[in-house]
Amino acid sequence: MAYKRNIDRLPIPPADAKTHNVVCHYCIVGCGYQAYTWPANKQGGTDPQENVFGADLAQQQYADSETWYTPSMYNMVKQDGRDVHMVIKPDPNCVVNSGLASPRGGRIAEMSYSDARQTQQQRLTDPLVWRYGQMQPTSWDDALDLVARVTAKVIEEQGEDGLFVSAADHGGAGGGYEFTWGTGKLYFGAMKVKNIRIHNRPAYNSEVHATRDMGIGELNNAYEDAELADTIFVLGANPLEAQTNYFLNHWIPNLRGSSMGKKEEELPGEAHAPGRIVIVDPRRTVTVNACEVEAGQENVLHLAPNSGTDLVLLNALFTHVADQGWVDQAFIDAHTALPGQDTDSAADEANMLPRKPTVKGRPAHLADFRTALEATRTSPEEAEQITGVSAADIRKAAEWIAKPKEGNARRRTMFCYEKGLIWGNDNYRTNGAIVNLALATGNIGRPGGGCVRLGGHQEGYVRPADGHVGRPSAYVDRLLLEGGGGVHHIWGCDHYKTTLNALEFKRVYKERTDKVKDAMNAVPYGDREAMVEAIMGAIRDGGLFAVDVDIVPTRIGEACHVVLPAATSGEINLTSMNGERRMRLTERYMDPPGQALGDGIIAARIANNLERVIRDAGNDAYADQFKGFDWQTEEDVFMDGYHQHASGGEHVTYDRLREMGTNGFQEPATGYEDGRIVGTKRLYTDGQFGTEDGRARFCVAVWQGLEAPGKEEQRATYKYLINNGRANIVWQSAYLDDENDFVTDRWPYPYIEMNPSDMDELGVKEGDLVEVYNDAGATQAMVYPTPTARPGETFMLFAYPSGVQGNVVNAGVNELIIPNYKQTWGDIRKIADAPRSVGHLSFKSKEYSAL
Amino acid sequence: MPCEKIVDLGRRQFLRGGALSAAGAAAATVMPQQAKARPASARVDYPSNRLANVSELTENEPLYVAYPDDEAQGVLLKLGTRVAEGVGPDGDIVGFSMICPHKGYPLSYSAGDRTFNCPGHYSRFDAEKGGMQTWGQATQNLPQYVLRIDDSGDIYAEGVDELIYGRTSNVL
Repeated sequence: MAYKRNIDRLPIPPADAKTHNVVCHYCIVGCGYQAYTWPANKQGGTDPQENVFGADLAQQQYADSETWYTPSMYNMVKQDGRDVHMVIKPDPNCVVNSGLASPRGGRIAEMSYSDARQTQQQRLTDPLVWRYGQMQPTSWDDALDLVARVTAKVIEEQGEDGLFVSAADHGGAGGGYEFTWGTGKLYFGAMKVKNIRIHNRPAYNSEVHATRDMGIGELNNAYEDAELADTIFVLGANPLEAQTNYFLNHWIPNLRGSSMGKKEEELPGEAHAPGRIVIVDPRRTVTVNACEVEAGQENVLHLAPNSGTDLVLLNALFTHVADQGWVDQAFIDAHTALPGQDTDSAADEANMLPRKPTVKGRPAHLADFRTALEATRTSPEEAEQITGVSAADIRKAAEWIAKPKEGNARRRTMFCYEKGLIWGNDNYRTNGAIVNLALATGNIGRPGGGCVRLGGHQEGYVRPADGHVGRPSAYVDRLLLEGGGGVHHIWGCDHYKTTLNALEFKRVYKERTDKVKDAMNAVPYGDREAMVEAIMGAIRDGGLFAVDVDIVPTRIGEACHVVLPAATSGEINLTSMNGERRMRLTERYMDPPGQALGDGIIAARIANNLERVIRDAGNDAYADQFKGFDWQTEEDVFMDGYHQHASGGEHVTYDRLREMGTNGFQEPATGYEDGRIVGTKRLYTDGQFGTEDGRARFCVAVWQGLEAPGKEEQRATYKYLINNGRANIVWQSAYLDDENDFVTDRWPYPYIEMNPSDMDELGVKEGDLVEVYNDAGATQAMVYPTPTARPGETFMLFAYPSGVQGNVVNAGVNELIIPNYKQTWGDIRKIADAPRSVGHLSFKSKEYSAL
Repeated sequence: MPCEKIVDLGRRQFLRGGALSAAGAAAATVMPQQAKARPASARVDYPSNRLANVSELTENEPLYVAYPDDEAQGVLLKLGTRVAEGVGPDGDIVGFSMICPHKGYPLSYSAGDRTFNCPGHYSRFDAEKGGMQTWGQATQNLPQYVLRIDDSGDIYAEGVDELIYGRTSNVL
């Protein structure tokens, strides 16, 4: 049967419970929470004076209660070495979520490390080293000495290009400004590491270079804009499941019409109506359904293009809007490139928000409005041929985007996109095309507008200059497959679950790291000199020495020789910013497990050890480069990094952020007045964009079919589209959910949504395990009947440990080494009847129905 | 969801959470003999409440009830097919809380695919799968009643397997 906790009563936080500011460390939205902690031997009561909420808890609380907490919001953890009760509950006063919890954030407490309640016991507690044929615990000094000696030796023999690095670039869980500065100062400051990649892609690059090259940072509006827009245009995103409370708390009120008062108040003097929405997605998602429920089908336009053809659709919308005279010519003239101007001059992206890798070079020409328009001119009828979306619907979408309102006022349209575009066909031009549309209609820097990615993790990037990385940056996974590098440092990444061409990557990576393991087995562990020499011998023979820094044992960690335990959000102080650049401090509310340390501090200790080892080897000049890592706390890292190096950082300290609570401020900070950090609600309100001359560029985004190598062949060869993405209750690669009973009970295997006619043809039933296979590899999934799926178009849960979708994603990338996960085709065959572990599952429609 | 039928709330449970913790606090500070009072049980004592008779149930038609008290709206359902937790002669009678465990909105029953649906944030729970959240925002599956049927066909609820929304104790 369905998993039940059989909890019938929860401990109550007493009136004197400690309160801590918490920002959910899972998705980009960054909902505000409060953590309440109190000693294990105390409890509050139901009388108002006996509990921290001051509420009568002996009564039934009603809908949207500000005081109720679920069993998943409770745990017992260590705080300063003592057991404490802990409740982590959504904050009703946070403007982001107004007290809402998603099914991910609602489990922050339950997904914390607890000895008393045996949750997340897989967390890493001690440094581990490969010793006598298995991973064994050791001290930080011992582990770091081995890491430093091997790393220094590899650099001595191969130069810094022999050190490969995989490091997340985000905020939120495990990340944040402290993480990126610590690792950044080590690899880009002390060293100039070039062979570096990010957690979800095989190179060091932005996911949205086009918008940045055009002068527009990708997080340029405020969440409130979703409440003010006349139309929301969303492409390749599923916000109900992937940015849940942004959608529920800011989009839905607009679609329901309940933000009308706010529209009248903030935007007087123009006609207002409840919002409309255009959703571009080849799949009918729960987002589409929820929008229809709230706004009525007449206000929801779901355009389902053929997979990978979004660029053509966008170009047709751009063309039609222009031909109808619905562009904002005054805006174009004043704020975008002039005809004949040298439009390819690079944007200054160094201080663009979010701060991101800034490497230069671009695949498509950037130009003025007219040049871009004429080069990309596409009629609705031409677009219908390629996209499969009717010309009539394309015209209708264009009207909803830009046809002037009553009184000839411009429509306010918010444009947004996420992984359907980012991991979709021709990332650069498609990104450019959606920004073209937003620029042409004058919707950037304007209330109710914006052209934004919706985001995955929170952001939290501040690093020294990265220009040495180059553009395109190194395709790190490919170099590793080709035998490149001698040592690999991995920070909060699990390529085995989240990369493309994953099966081949695993095969080669295992082979190379096994070589080193075998060499280590041949030497007594205590003989450090002989050990380092044995490792180096294996490296010279094509082996790879791998160091994994993470909070949990990862799949790639199984191949590693040293594993270093990191602390996560709430176990240390961490700062991040969300999808509207809202920066907050999550305060430490519990102890890290065992000896785990924050990543910034781990980076510092690696630097300290490298300095020592290199100095001992007699290279003082190089050793001196590793000075400046004397940090003891996360606050030290923050003050050295964000405070000194981020734009506006001089106004921001931990104490000031603490005061700003879960609402924080929106970056960039521009001052500190009356005890508050002054932020910036929207970017580009003055029409000054991030280019040298302040004028935004249009992108010459010409359609070139399926762009990444091997995709067109795959489409022609295999029967099924293996589209892929997220599930509401799973966070990222399930690195914590994997040990959460509620989640693994619901999804023991990744689902593959499939039209019943496809199921008939394949002879499979709900819950059956199938193999998905193609030229890149094979993986497994569980059949989920989905009548709304188009025949031949399946959708598989991405990055799930019990069936890695990346196994069947080929190695093809775009010009800037952005992977193309979404355009994957494969064949499907039955492996087994539904196993017992899925017999109790619900396989009904995921769409809410009032009937 | 209005309670169309609230029957036989039965013995009310008066040992409230507040009384429990007050007893605990008193024990720490006041008279030693107070500590000799009957120790609190580890779990709440659920009332055994008659909710309906089997004869009142029609297949796939919800019968609205309340349990463990009249503030806790719920439902009895005769599914027509035997399920793991089902009771009655056909093993097909189940009972659930009808308050969404996410934010406390009243659920509605969709007879078409036998799910409970929440108008607040679109969660849905499968009546035929122990209240499993088919899709949604809650971090728990739907609280289900432990049911017993006596020889006369009277249906009694005698427990709940998850915390009901809006309570720190299932029995107030």
